[in-house]
Amino acid sequence: MARRFLIGCALLFMALFLAIPLLTVFTQALATGAAAYLAAISEPTALSAIKLTLMVAAISVPLNLVFGVAAAWAIAKFNFRGKSTLITLIDLPFAISPVIAGLTFILLFGATGWFGGFLRAHHIRVVFAVPGIVLATTFVTFPFIARELIPVMQSQGNNDEETALSLGATGWQIFWRVTLPNIRWALLYGVLLCNARAMGEFGAVSVVSGHVRGLTNTMPLHVEILYNDYDYTAAFAVASLLALLALLTLAGKSFLEWRQPELRRTGHARDATTMKRPPRV
Amino acid sequence: MNALAAGRPRRVLPGFGLTLGYTMLYLSLLVLIPLSTVFVRSLGGGWLHFYDAVTSPRVLAALGLSFGASLIAALVNSVFGLIIAWVLVRYAFPFKRVADAMVDLPFALPTAVAGIALTALYAPNGWLGRGLALLGVKVAFTPLGIVVALTFIGLPFVVRTLQPVIEDLDHDVEQAAWTLGASGAQTFARVMLPVLWPPMLTGFALAFARAVGEYGSVIFIAGNMPKSTEIAPLLIVAKLEQYDYAGASAIAVVMMVLSFTIMLGINALQNWAVTRHGER
Repeated sequence: MARRFLIGCALLFMALFLAIPLLTVFTQALATGAAAYLAAISEPTALSAIKLTLMVAAISVPLNLVFGVAAAWAIAKFNFRGKSTLITLIDLPFAISPVIAGLTFILLFGATGWFGGFLRAHHIRVVFAVPGIVLATTFVTFPFIARELIPVMQSQGNNDEETALSLGATGWQIFWRVTLPNIRWALLYGVLLCNARAMGEFGAVSVVSGHVRGLTNTMPLHVEILYNDYDYTAAFAVASLLALLALLTLAGKSFLEWRQPELRRTGHARDATTMKRPPRV
Repeated sequence: MNALAAGRPRRVLPGFGLTLGYTMLYLSLLVLIPLSTVFVRSLGGGWLHFYDAVTSPRVLAALGLSFGASLIAALVNSVFGLIIAWVLVRYAFPFKRVADAMVDLPFALPTAVAGIALTALYAPNGWLGRGLALLGVKVAFTPLGIVVALTFIGLPFVVRTLQPVIEDLDHDVEQAAWTLGASGAQTFARVMLPVLWPPMLTGFALAFARAVGEYGSVIFIAGNMPKSTEIAPLLIVAKLEQYDYAGASAIAVVMMVLSFTIMLGINALQNWAVTRHGER
């Protein structure tokens, strides 16, 4: 009795807040037929938005990948003073509004910003141009890979690496032959989540983009413009591509969690201030 | 041994200097230095200007709305997140794995997409909005709509924080309570809740923090009317569009300081709960 009621409650809530909104995206996108749908996603401004989104993710994700591996190596393999502070600082972008993230880059590189004069003198555009979009995206996706790798590398310990070292392996050999194979699923997991956020980021990118159609519009920004123009079918058509990306991300995530069940537990729902898993009882 | 005696850990593996150095450099360049500009800029016009900027009625209304709606959404998520986490761990039902994967949808779905989908649903002519309008409830373009969007955004934080804790809960303890004659409600209140509420608080805090800063999913469903349905992040954007950088920075500083104070408070409350309950 209680069981049925609880399952009913949970499923009703999930239907209302998750399933129906997702379904709406696809029904609205196809509301005026497949031809209109295809036209909306193959239109030049839509294509350039898709291209820009892919390009931004292709820069931001590798940047944060290299950082994530370096940070996880330093934090998981060594003990040093200030480690927990460093972990908190790495998590900082998660605790900050994306709009504030965008704001910081306007303050730095905008016309009246700290580097504004220098940039104008050298005819370099950062804000309201592609470099600003890349910076803002990199900022908001900054912790993703590091925070997946750190707990996994911590739980694996240093034994494998120390054995390799005693057998005469160099640092790079240890990393490529020993550590990387050990962390490959966690790495992929981090990349997957980082990429989803990088392609879908709206707030931070919206602040720094300047909304130049066909030039500085990513897919989420393009969705907004179409929506505000009352072009609902086109807005939902482009949105449906992003929704498909989200579904692929969820499928990939489930697959990786099936391959390596620990990933579930080291996932993003951690205490933001300590980066520990919730207390175990 | 000498290294240990000196209180310094032995560093056997190579790469400490390189990786820590790179981490610090990247962190400083991308996060710390940019963030510090917000604090510096907010005081660009002096303390008085800062004070005026953050105490104007429009700013106070936006801050109140952002923090108030986030609080309500995080509370709703705490209740339903607990139920969902419980059901996903303890019960078997059809399509359970799909339901479990779907919990992460708000993490994976771009916020702008969520925003337009929720608006289409809850607008007066939408699937759900039409029915609710008959009942006299308006969701889209009201503060209630903001709560709906923020609830969507925060749900996975509570569920994913609670799930591992419920998985680790011993069935034996509940059964012991049950055999000693406790009712279902008593078992829940006296046996489960003391263990579940610290992680619930963590989930609440994460959902709340995310909701306060949320922008993309809210701006479509909120009416964005100053003093009634304008959230604080949107007001930052509005100030930026008027080139009022000091004003935008001032609101940002107040938001960050308030968020961190609340997070610290929740953390302290949680530590107190955990020590009082005799864990760890």
